[in-house]
Amino acid sequence: MREEIIISGRMNPNIDPYLHIWHWQIPLYLFLGGLAAGILFFSAYNHVTGKEEKYRAASYISTLIVPLLLVFGLFSLFLDLKHKMYFWRLYTTIKLESPMSWGAWVLMLVTPLSFILAAINLKKVFPGWKWKYPLMQTLDDFFENYRRTIAWILVVAAPILGIYTGILFSAFNARPLWNTSILGPLFLVSGLSTGAAVNILFSKDHAERLAFTRIDLVLIGIELFLITHMFMGFMASTQVQIDSAKLFLGGPYTAQFWVLVVMLGLVIPAFLEILELKKFKIPAIVPAGLVLMGGLILRFILTNAGQMSRWLY
Amino acid sequence: MRYAMAIDTKKCVGCSDCVVACQTENHVPIGYCRDWVVEVMDGTYPQLEMEIRSERCNQCGNAPCVRCCPTGASHFEEGGLVLVTADKCIGCGACIQSCPYDARYSHPDGHVDKCTFCNHRVEVGGKPACVEACPTKCMYFGDLDDPGSDVSKVLKTRKSKTLIPEAGTEPYLYFLI
Repeated sequence: MREEIIISGRMNPNIDPYLHIWHWQIPLYLFLGGLAAGILFFSAYNHVTGKEEKYRAASYISTLIVPLLLVFGLFSLFLDLKHKMYFWRLYTTIKLESPMSWGAWVLMLVTPLSFILAAINLKKVFPGWKWKYPLMQTLDDFFENYRRTIAWILVVAAPILGIYTGILFSAFNARPLWNTSILGPLFLVSGLSTGAAVNILFSKDHAERLAFTRIDLVLIGIELFLITHMFMGFMASTQVQIDSAKLFLGGPYTAQFWVLVVMLGLVIPAFLEILELKKFKIPAIVPAGLVLMGGLILRFILTNAGQMSRWLY
Repeated sequence: MRYAMAIDTKKCVGCSDCVVACQTENHVPIGYCRDWVVEVMDGTYPQLEMEIRSERCNQCGNAPCVRCCPTGASHFEEGGLVLVTADKCIGCGACIQSCPYDARYSHPDGHVDKCTFCNHRVEVGGKPACVEACPTKCMYFGDLDDPGSDVSKVLKTRKSKTLIPEAGTEPYLYFLI
């Protein structure tokens, strides 16, 4: 038997007894950022491949909420900072080895583009849209000429934003649960899946809904594969990663993860989507809502459980 | 120059004087600490073995906290010390997540704080407060590049270990065993 205790009484707030320095702000941002990346990717992809009129909701309507998602997400990140008045230091440095520095700069690129995209899409969503100020109309006309350029940038930048949300975690060797490169693809696919869910919600066109239902089904399949693969990797790894996997295999996060994320967030929506493709009538809000909820809870659970996983010594 | 510390687990009695000395010297806010004492009990009675360690930041040679800091607030200083520049720190918590030793904490003022090996004392030729205060003289501090320093000498004659070297952090806090 081996027992280790701190006898000098260390109780640093948010560090002991379990690390919990990242609260709700981080997983909320990861969700909003991933969702924004998903919506932007589908819209940009439609523009690049010339399908923007075929899938109007994905190309135009959904993009209107992206600036809101990103602003809320960024505000949430800002709330997480403990030394808030120094936040601008992020933008006086470029540190290639720091994922957070990458994230800050990618957001600096994607956020303004999302505003521009939403602004030039307003007239597509609301026919007869008139800007109140002539300057706005001039800007609208100006950026309209660059619609394809913006799409090409976003088709690359949006996946980087989506993948970054996972890389942020996987770069921490000290938290064995996060220290797997699967998290990048997993969060990207989950973000795309939530983006597809929003497109299903916003679309009034049956064909578009079915198209995104099919896409979502494939994405859920990939997510289930990645989750399985992640646990296989953990169980074949070092003791610290085996222990971190056990948080989900009998440990305190078992029920939350398998019931709320895997069953309610992936398996059941996938089942409902299959029924829909088989021409059953399923209200779109149910599978789409479950996918969104699953994506949010996945990030909350991974944030909390990751901070609980640690090295033994 | 490479500063390092060696702590004799055979001489340490776990009195926590190092903790109090640090808190006093560095004005560590109440309820926080930069160093702490761990007691490890191995085996079952009557075959018991005990090890006592005074732990702190390992001033790693390959510091994950320096790598992940988005603003460069966590950085290497002369002698390999890992330090935090408070007015560059945004308090994002990334370095706290990255430390396998949980040696960092969020200071009530917002920035991140941790052991500095008492840089302000070392610069002027002194020793860290914990080393100075230790009543059993179980701590050795100095420059590893200087073969005549306390820490070099003791590491030459005694067996030692570092904590979680397998994490690849290259720690410079040695424990004599």
